[in-house]
Amino acid sequence: MRTFEFNRPENAASAVATAAQAKTAQQGADIRFLAGGTTLVDLMKLEVETPKRLLDINRLPFDKVEELSNGGLKIGATVRNSNLAYHPKVQKDYAVLSQAILSGASVQLRNAATTAGNLLQRTRCMYFRDTAMPCNKREPGTGCPAITGSNRMLAILGTSEHCIATNPSDMCVAMAALEATIHVQGTKGAREVAFGDFHLLPAQTPHRETVLEPGDLITHVTLPPPRAGSRQVYLKLRDRASYEFALASAAVVLNVAGANVTYARVALGGVGTKPWRSHEAETTLTGKPANAANFRRAAEAALRGAEAQSENGFKIELAKRCLAHALQTAANA
Amino acid sequence: MPYDDEESGTLHSLSGSAGPTRRKFLVNTGTAAAASVMGAFIPAQAREAGQSSSTADAPAIEGAVPLVLRVNGTDHQLRIDPRTTLLDCIRETIAFTGTKKGCDHGQCGACTVHVNDRRVVSCLSLALLHEGHEITTIEGLGTPDAPHPMQAAFLAHDGYQCGYCTSGQIMSAVALLEEPCGPDDAAVKELMSGNICRCGAYGNIVAAIQHVRKNT
Repeated sequence: MRTFEFNRPENAASAVATAAQAKTAQQGADIRFLAGGTTLVDLMKLEVETPKRLLDINRLPFDKVEELSNGGLKIGATVRNSNLAYHPKVQKDYAVLSQAILSGASVQLRNAATTAGNLLQRTRCMYFRDTAMPCNKREPGTGCPAITGSNRMLAILGTSEHCIATNPSDMCVAMAALEATIHVQGTKGAREVAFGDFHLLPAQTPHRETVLEPGDLITHVTLPPPRAGSRQVYLKLRDRASYEFALASAAVVLNVAGANVTYARVALGGVGTKPWRSHEAETTLTGKPANAANFRRAAEAALRGAEAQSENGFKIELAKRCLAHALQTAANA
Repeated sequence: MPYDDEESGTLHSLSGSAGPTRRKFLVNTGTAAAASVMGAFIPAQAREAGQSSSTADAPAIEGAVPLVLRVNGTDHQLRIDPRTTLLDCIRETIAFTGTKKGCDHGQCGACTVHVNDRRVVSCLSLALLHEGHEITTIEGLGTPDAPHPMQAAFLAHDGYQCGYCTSGQIMSAVALLEEPCGPDDAAVKELMSGNICRCGAYGNIVAAIQHVRKNT
């Protein structure tokens, strides 16, 4: 690990002002906020990340889960994943979020990892994590050996000729389906970012993963009021029964009235270069009978743009079955 | 004793036994390799001599910063390199060697300790984040004469083979007792999935944990 200066900003304004001196808030940032450390410290050991300054935000007042007057939920940036997953309101009204978080990592990691840290979780692509290898995400312009190399775990949606790295988060998939809003404090004040606008597709610039600029500090995430009567399911398929990243996962929020789907929010994990909201699946489902044929149609729609690499073609059918099964499970609930 | 090498640590690492151990052997041989890590053992020797832990006499570390770390009920006044992980601080600076370094990347669970009664992997956390926290390691759970019920259960159920992952397994298992966990073995396996045992002692580990859950 490279040496760094360790600071503990007194407040958010001071943290923002200091971080604003960074050249970038993206890959290779020279100033980084440190919360749980479960991603950043790992990548610093690998020297994938080599910040010169760390700003410890663990003592800033962002560690609360609060109910909002509109019935929604405010989740602080440093709320630990365990605390969020076991929060009574989350378990009752946002069950898909609780299920998603509890399907990821291990108890030890969930006890340390935070809300904002999970939003910024980095890919597990082995080429990104190995500084001996080229990687457009880590070192722009060096190439993507994953495309011709080992890519079984990598993405089939949202890829480009420059990067096929999978976003590994489970929490983000649920938040995409719940239409969360990310709240950022920056040099020009506070702003809100819709969940779907927060992560970027790799396109020509895979080293840019989010809309964050130098100084931007995620302070909290809000969830809209829960959908009355919604049935929520997170289904994660993986090589092991526990403690493994998804090959494919699906987050589903479904309302059914009579025989028909009246509301559907769908997101996929383990298959996209970002947490993958599928408006196509939602459109296919809404207003149609909640049955197996329509669930399969929705899955076909969600994966229509999927592109297989040499080793991960199986993910296309796997993701379809994952989503169809999650929808059926929700409908049966 | 099931363990006669202090590296095994589970029940024995604070015994301060008079006999030769691997650690003392390495220190005393004076080889170049051993000399390069001598600094790490000074506090251990101080502790064995019954002194309070201090790094006042330790060699200067460039860029070191002060830290008071509370481990197993004792405050340790330290000066550490900011890069020091909680794991390395516990093992190398304070010299509680019961906590093990496995993968050093948060994937194996061997380094599991409790921070304010919650289990975390100590390899992925900087020691500087833990001033004011109550750290508990395997040495803080029990003693050879008065083991924690979970330590006793691991012995009774043979919940290990080589023993390297055992302290992490036990720290996770003790924390699990206070976590939301269903009654059946499957629930235990799910919550213990962050602790890898390459010997494959999983069946006996689950049995040990279930024994404690049903008898306390």
